[in-house]
Amino acid sequence: MTGAPRDGEAAIVAEGLRKRYGTREVLEGVDLRVLRGELVALLGPNGAGKTTTVEILEGYRRADAGTVRVLGLDPAREGRALRPRIGLMLQGGGVDPRSTPREVLRLHARLFRDPEDPDALLEEAGLAPVAGTRYRRLSGGEQQRLGLALALLGRPELLVLDEPTAGMDPAAKQATRERIAALRAAGTTILLTTHELGDVERLADRVVVLDRGRLIATGSPSELTGGGSPRVRFRLSAPLDAAARSELAAAVAAGSRVADDGAGNRYELAGLASPPDARTVAALAAWCGERGLLIAELRVGAASLEERYLELVGRDAVA
Amino acid sequence: MTATTPIGVGRPARPASWPAMVGALTAQELRLAARRGENLLAQFVIPVGALIVLSALDVGGSSAGARGVDHALPASIALAVIAAALVSLGIATGYERSYGVLKRLGGSPAGTSVLVAAKTLGVVVVEAIQVVLLVAIAVVLLGWSPGPGANALLVGAGLVLGTVAFAGLGLLLAGTLRAEATLALANLLFVLALALGGIAVPLDRLPPALAAVAGALPPAALVQVLYAGLTGTGDASAALAVLAGWAVGLVVLAAWRFRWD
Repeated sequence: MTGAPRDGEAAIVAEGLRKRYGTREVLEGVDLRVLRGELVALLGPNGAGKTTTVEILEGYRRADAGTVRVLGLDPAREGRALRPRIGLMLQGGGVDPRSTPREVLRLHARLFRDPEDPDALLEEAGLAPVAGTRYRRLSGGEQQRLGLALALLGRPELLVLDEPTAGMDPAAKQATRERIAALRAAGTTILLTTHELGDVERLADRVVVLDRGRLIATGSPSELTGGGSPRVRFRLSAPLDAAARSELAAAVAAGSRVADDGAGNRYELAGLASPPDARTVAALAAWCGERGLLIAELRVGAASLEERYLELVGRDAVA
Repeated sequence: MTATTPIGVGRPARPASWPAMVGALTAQELRLAARRGENLLAQFVIPVGALIVLSALDVGGSSAGARGVDHALPASIALAVIAAALVSLGIATGYERSYGVLKRLGGSPAGTSVLVAAKTLGVVVVEAIQVVLLVAIAVVLLGWSPGPGANALLVGAGLVLGTVAFAGLGLLLAGTLRAEATLALANLLFVLALALGGIAVPLDRLPPALAAVAGALPPAALVQVLYAGLTGTGDASAALAVLAGWAVGLVVLAAWRFRWD
């Protein structure tokens, strides 16, 4: 078993997926390829088509057009053979609130001949102390951990995780990220849909961005962030008016402009003809020094994944 | 595989056999149903109460020699079927849909065929207990005995068609409405069936127009079929046809309109 994605061996191949609900076209020819052993994050604003895409891959819905193969099978026609090989972690939990974690895990374990031990999964998920507590009384983080434990009962080849760290405190988030990273390292193929871009930057081999039913970007997190224009962002000890911003831009680089980031004296040097370098920073520092302005923060370089994502889908989109 | 392989990684587990999965989900259905106090009230307490009260009040007794219990037993069995197949199944399924339980099970090795089979079996088990309980009470406490021309086949056909019709209606509500709306509507239909479905008041004692409408609906048709089967009197062919029509129509409609999430 290897942690490296296996080139050429595709776990998911979707081509030209189209789906329409009434008059609304939610998928307009989406292509998606996930290699075995790869962790791919599917991103997009609400309504982008992520859920519909995943539901077609899971066999819950049929595409109006296009082809889908998951682990070499057609989810719509060969669901019976496919379902035991996929582990699903649903955002809503999918658990009766009167059930306890032990009951739910044992019930789902009985759907397999040789599943993982439910008690071992409870222990590993840190749910042993609440194994007999009704689901509705569990915290959001405990419910999420139960969802992941349920997805792992059948030792799936493909794990589909929907918002795996939503509702978790920072420590639980970190533990879940480590758990997912360990699964990925052990060779499990993982398709992750999330709005937590921190998870994506830390975990994903590749990111696929959907918007309005179309695939608008794909690549590794570093490829995606490298694709954005280099930036100089800074925070000053005092605000700059429009005239001062124009003066600063002219002093630092001809043709550039200083954009107000909208909060807390934060600004961005935009419209640079060439990537920022030491002279750019020196010019900025000199201009500020002459006016007694302290540069409280300075960041030079590529955009974060969140910034790049917002560039791709539009800043008005809800990430 | 090394000692450091995390739990959940390795050769994929094989799915259990179809009967094993059905058995597991049926047991869970019954376990959860037993935890719902309102379920037990609708499925057992009210039908037993109806049997005793209708029999004591001699509702359905007639000059032709029929006693109160002759109407009370088929009426209470029909009420029990409605409680199990419409009210309990519909409400439970509606909430499972809203919680995402159906979606999770649909994506598990079980799939929809196991889920439908387990729900069906759950209803059948509950109905078997209901019928045995009601008949035992009728025999032991109320002195009931089947009529000389009693027809077990007709009773069985009535139970099957009635169960299919009311389960179809319950699943139609559960698969198309919000869980809260399913809860309200299923309970309302239960009360209407009790009051106007030939159960609390036999059809021949309702105003003619109301009786004509009620007679074309499944509760009264089920009572008529069960009455004919248990007493061996009357012609149930029209009621059987009505019940069969509703059963087919409601199941087709439920299968067409049902949404799993």
